[in-house]
Amino acid sequence: MTHTKQSRAISRRAFALGSTAAVAAATLPTALLAQDQQQAWEELVKKVLGDAKPVEGKVAIEMPEIAENGNTVPFVISVDSPMTEKDFVKAIHVIATANPQPGVATFRFSPLSGKAAVTSRMRLARTQDIIAIAELPDGRFLSGKRNVKVTIGGCGG
Amino acid sequence: MTTRPRIKLPDSAKVGDLIEIKTLISHLMETGQRKSADGKTIPRHIINTFTATYAGAEVFRAELHPGISANPFIAFHMKVPGPGEFEFTWIDDAGTKVVERTKLNVV
Repeated sequence: MTHTKQSRAISRRAFALGSTAAVAAATLPTALLAQDQQQAWEELVKKVLGDAKPVEGKVAIEMPEIAENGNTVPFVISVDSPMTEKDFVKAIHVIATANPQPGVATFRFSPLSGKAAVTSRMRLARTQDIIAIAELPDGRFLSGKRNVKVTIGGCGG
Repeated sequence: MTTRPRIKLPDSAKVGDLIEIKTLISHLMETGQRKSADGKTIPRHIINTFTATYAGAEVFRAELHPGISANPFIAFHMKVPGPGEFEFTWIDDAGTKVVERTKLNVV
């Protein structure tokens, strides 16, 4: 009786150890992948901003809190701006931080636009932060961020 | 891009009005990330540029990346400067260009 108990205990421990190793092996590549991903979107942000520091706020990202289908997630991005000849939004850069290709789009406006707002639909590979950076004619930047939870990822990944 | 794009404008507008312009075009927007059944990567094929001009002046432009969904829907605004015609242009990776012209009914 005791013998059976012991062997069961060992096998349970062996199983526990084995599964820890499996988890470690499985998480390692994912962690590396996540790191690459971070670099990709960070590089993109750097490309947009250069040495400038964006001011948070004035950029509104309207998106569903939970997107059931990552293939088509509706969004409305708008910037609080008078859109006059002197004071307008030149562009809005949209970045999906955890997509295989984080660049979503760049939308360019003119004072003729009247309102710095755009509506479209994006693909989201998984739950992530969306960043919108607004570029002003004087070289300043504004930014906004929003987290979207994705049930089924898009991007055909 | 075989079917004609769809454009939605207000029925009429006055000078100075802020109007919304809605556009929709059929396109697969192939991301370049997917693989076919035989394991080969399906090459990227997306609409990369969309522009809208009114009476010859650029109102709005979009540089699209694979993160934009298939059949891109894009809506934007314009403050009506006077009577005129819109010209919308979509260009994809194959160089295919679709141009659509629509008059705005300015009253």
